[in-house]
Amino acid sequence: MIESLDLLFSASLWAAVLRIATPLIFGVLGALLCERAGVLNLGIEGIMTMGAMIGWLSVFLGADLWTGLLVAAAAGALIGLLHALLTVPLGLSQHVSGLGITLFAAALAYYLYRLIVTVGESPPTIEPFRPLDIPILSDVPFLGPVLFAQAAPTYLALISVAVIAYVLARTPLGLAIRMTGENPHTVESQGLDPTLIRIGCVMAGSALMALGGAFLTTAAFNSFFPEMVQGRGWICIALVVFSSWRPGKALLGALLFAFLDAYQLRLQAVVEGVPYQLFLMAPYLLSIVALILVARRARVPEALMTPYRRGER
Amino acid sequence: MRIERRARVPWSLAVSAPFAAIAAALALSAVLILAAGVNPLLAYVEMLRGALGSRLAVTEMLTRAVPLVLTGLAVAVAFRARLWNIGGEGQFYLGALAVAWVGHDLISGLPPAAGIAVLTFVGMMAGALLLSGPAYLRLRFGVDEVVTTLLMNFVVILFVGLMIEGPLRDPLAFGWPQSVPVDGAYHLPDLIPNTRLHIGLLIALAAAGIVWLIVARTVFGTEARAAGFNARAAEFAGVSLPRTIIGVALLSGGLAGLAGGIEVMGVTRGVTTTMSPGFGYAGIVVAMLAALHPAGVVAAAVFVATIFVGADAMSRATGVPSFIADVIVALALLTMLVALLFSTYRIRR
Repeated sequence: MIESLDLLFSASLWAAVLRIATPLIFGVLGALLCERAGVLNLGIEGIMTMGAMIGWLSVFLGADLWTGLLVAAAAGALIGLLHALLTVPLGLSQHVSGLGITLFAAALAYYLYRLIVTVGESPPTIEPFRPLDIPILSDVPFLGPVLFAQAAPTYLALISVAVIAYVLARTPLGLAIRMTGENPHTVESQGLDPTLIRIGCVMAGSALMALGGAFLTTAAFNSFFPEMVQGRGWICIALVVFSSWRPGKALLGALLFAFLDAYQLRLQAVVEGVPYQLFLMAPYLLSIVALILVARRARVPEALMTPYRRGER
Repeated sequence: MRIERRARVPWSLAVSAPFAAIAAALALSAVLILAAGVNPLLAYVEMLRGALGSRLAVTEMLTRAVPLVLTGLAVAVAFRARLWNIGGEGQFYLGALAVAWVGHDLISGLPPAAGIAVLTFVGMMAGALLLSGPAYLRLRFGVDEVVTTLLMNFVVILFVGLMIEGPLRDPLAFGWPQSVPVDGAYHLPDLIPNTRLHIGLLIALAAAGIVWLIVARTVFGTEARAAGFNARAAEFAGVSLPRTIIGVALLSGGLAGLAGGIEVMGVTRGVTTTMSPGFGYAGIVVAMLAALHPAGVVAAAVFVATIFVGADAMSRATGVPSFIADVIVALALLTMLVALLFSTYRIRR
């Protein structure tokens, strides 16, 4: 018992929280951006898989790590464009299209990986992002390892939260995006094109999702293997609801989830006689509980999942 | 130029839509096969040969189609009512696990036919109960069932892992995590001797017939369709939304659970955490290719099974990664969506 509480005060736990949260932060921001513009993007799980594969592959083939992330984001945006074209101008079911995108992007990622990489006994590896080592700051007890010795993309994720929160809340572009998700017809009456705004948001959101996937293979681990996204995309879709479609709360949700995940991992080692699967289940079950708690109060964007056709109400 | 809904969809268009979608998916995938340095036509011929080229190949393909018919039906009945059951994979596994558990030694001594009937029911109940949870959460708390059913897939597979490494572990499986097997008396008899094809095929076909009767010929089927088309209007017309949604959930979850149960009784005997190559998710493709029609589900399941079984053989012959099967199937889902759009709408200048 004491041991399980002791865990809470270890710097390594809290450092792990930020590390585990990073792909979720990217993913939840991406999903939030799509949904704020009125498009549900269930392609997330597949887009993260593709981001993980292509980011890793680029580095494996000789690109530097940041280029790898850039390639992943571009691939994500491309797949996002496909989802956007199917759901926005064509107005197809966002549920089914998204699931199709997930199946397609994941299958394509596995196919290309097998095609290009020869896998021996164990998957080949790359030299991943290392934790930062900032003079003085990284050496501060507790705070140093937790806040100032993360891999660089973690800071990019945190900056993205601030940027997206600012853009959505304080800029004309953000207003247009939010209006597109609430009532696209008013956007049109302002002389803006809701279709373009939706396509742009789905592409940008999908790029963020792919970055989340790429973090897994270029920072958290150093290789790609099938099923490695493990439902993180679906967790992000749940976190968007949990956060009531607000970037700040989305960050909190991702951190909370990551904390549970990091804590259960360490508890496994301390608590004996409990099957490890029960610990692994906990984060998924708690996500469902969280949804139950907030679902009734959640302020869903009015026009989410409603296709927009000009001149039609 | 604008698009408008057709007053009615001509038969010819409705039937040709899936064929057009499949052709488009194959054409797009050909680019990837070319990238592997293999002639796509050759690859597709190998695929057909692998799935249909011999008596054994055909029975293997049909064996693979059995669970796909059932998970496809599960998705079709749910999507008709706009109940987004994406949890077919989890329901499949829970049905499989329940059947292995009950079928191992809890009902020993029953006549085989009775035992199989009981186990069929057990598999259905497990899947039905699993989906009734998310359906209840949607009705009571407004929780989106897409997310809950998806997350439950992961929970169930972990649960299966827990059970087959613990209470239901097969002591004879030498450390390989596998559940205890179903009692030999309750294995599904072979449909064709010396092949793996079992009478589960007949059960799946019967299920398709029954589901067709339910959706097309009963009040419940009509109410479910109405609830999917416009929930508010349906309620106004006196349809009880909670009762309809729970009913659809029990039927849909039951079908996916049955798929798992049949697979255990017919093919695998015991449960492992890798026994499904994504039957639950492939059910979505099957149902959409069938445009949610029960009869079409059978045909679509045969198509998807052909791709999956054929791709393995093709991969051995040509070296093209067998993941191409997943790409083709996923692309077929996306192209089918577009094909459905063009069969229900038309462009008018």
